[in-house]
Amino acid sequence: MPTPPLVSLRHAGRQPGGRWVWRGLDLELRPGDRLAVQGASGAGKTVLLRALAGLDALDEGDLLGGLQPVTDLPRHRAAVALVAQRAALFEGTVRDNLQVPFAYAVRDASYDEDAARALLATLGREATLLDQDAHELSGGEAQTVGLLRTLLAGPHVLLLDEPTAGLDPERTDAVERAVAAFLAADPDRAAVWTSHDADQLARVTDRTLRL
Amino acid sequence: MTAAPISLLQLALASALLLVALGLSVVLRLGLTRGLAVAATRMVVQLLLVGLVLDWVFSTESPALVVALAVGMALLAGHAAVGRTSRRFSGIYADALVSVLGASFVVTGAAVFGILRVEPWYDPQYLIPLHGMLLGNALTGISLSLDRFLDGASRGRGLVDARLALGATRWEAARPLVRDAVRTGLVPITNSMAVMGLVSLPGMMTGQLLAGASPDGAIRYQILIVFMIAACVALAALAVVMLAYRRLFSADHRFHSDRLRSA
Repeated sequence: MPTPPLVSLRHAGRQPGGRWVWRGLDLELRPGDRLAVQGASGAGKTVLLRALAGLDALDEGDLLGGLQPVTDLPRHRAAVALVAQRAALFEGTVRDNLQVPFAYAVRDASYDEDAARALLATLGREATLLDQDAHELSGGEAQTVGLLRTLLAGPHVLLLDEPTAGLDPERTDAVERAVAAFLAADPDRAAVWTSHDADQLARVTDRTLRL
Repeated sequence: MTAAPISLLQLALASALLLVALGLSVVLRLGLTRGLAVAATRMVVQLLLVGLVLDWVFSTESPALVVALAVGMALLAGHAAVGRTSRRFSGIYADALVSVLGASFVVTGAAVFGILRVEPWYDPQYLIPLHGMLLGNALTGISLSLDRFLDGASRGRGLVDARLALGATRWEAARPLVRDAVRTGLVPITNSMAVMGLVSLPGMMTGQLLAGASPDGAIRYQILIVFMIAACVALAALAVVMLAYRRLFSADHRFHSDRLRSA
């Protein structure tokens, strides 16, 4: 018997603003999956990631966690985490931002400074970034912090919405390595990527969903 | 000692003072002439009409009429509070109304039954001015806090989504917005308490002093009134923000930013 999916959509459809962006969609993500979501602008890639994270309700069909419909959304989102294309950072330092997820009732774990420093190094950033004001970061730094914040929180499924858009090749490479290391640390983890860079998707994913 | 009555001639002279403001507007081309004139006329007509209504209500001694007047005043306050917000959602008028009605009736009730022990409880001479004072302040508190909450939810949509995406419950995701909004609604009453008596003599106390009351009596009433106002504003602001929170954040921990629209 195959392992049950971590998260799946059954006959799912979304029509934000009254127009169906996709309908009748069946999708299963299993441990170890590396899925690319491709499609033109407006095809609903971000809409799909938000639906998988349970941020927006489906207009038809079901969102399942394991084999059951999702009922506890905070718990689901702690396991199936969206990294938004534009990182929204909270007030305070970068460290304050990284600690936020551990203040939520859904998590028992506490913030691990050593893990944060190690991940920063993998992402090619200095540890001094931790003490910087989150609202004074460059666009690329903010993107890194947004990714780091989610990786530290330790989800099972990473939903990556254009995680390297606007980054130079060196930074892009660092992000890909950090995500690969994160996934490799636990064979039960999975990832979904959207990107306009087909070469990148060929490097980091092994199957494709076209919208 | 009773106050010297003001004659119509004296009122006419007072209106000449307004001409100073109008003159400035004309000379400096502030473009406020029309607005000032309309507002001043409205104020005079509204107060004259209210005077007639109050005369009538004071003379009938009917509790139903007093309560009806209090509810009518609250309806107007709730409507006006929403009028000052720049974003709306469906049900916003009902939420503002419930908040202003609930907060003002609880506090007026506590004062009339518990503190002042007015006999009869519906004596309009106490109930109507107290209630009006509370409504005026609750209106400001509601509009400030509601506007702040909706603005935060709209501009800070990305932050709310980020909290939810990290596993926050709806309350964990909205708490910073709620706290900020209620605090904003309480700023005017907090500031005015801090300087009261030093910089400003409150309107009600000024009126009482002009009408011939002793300073000690006027001050005691003023303290009572300010505490009532603070309680009412806090209750109203918290109520309206919590109701708006429940409209925008559903019980399944989703944030419905699409329910917001510009006014």
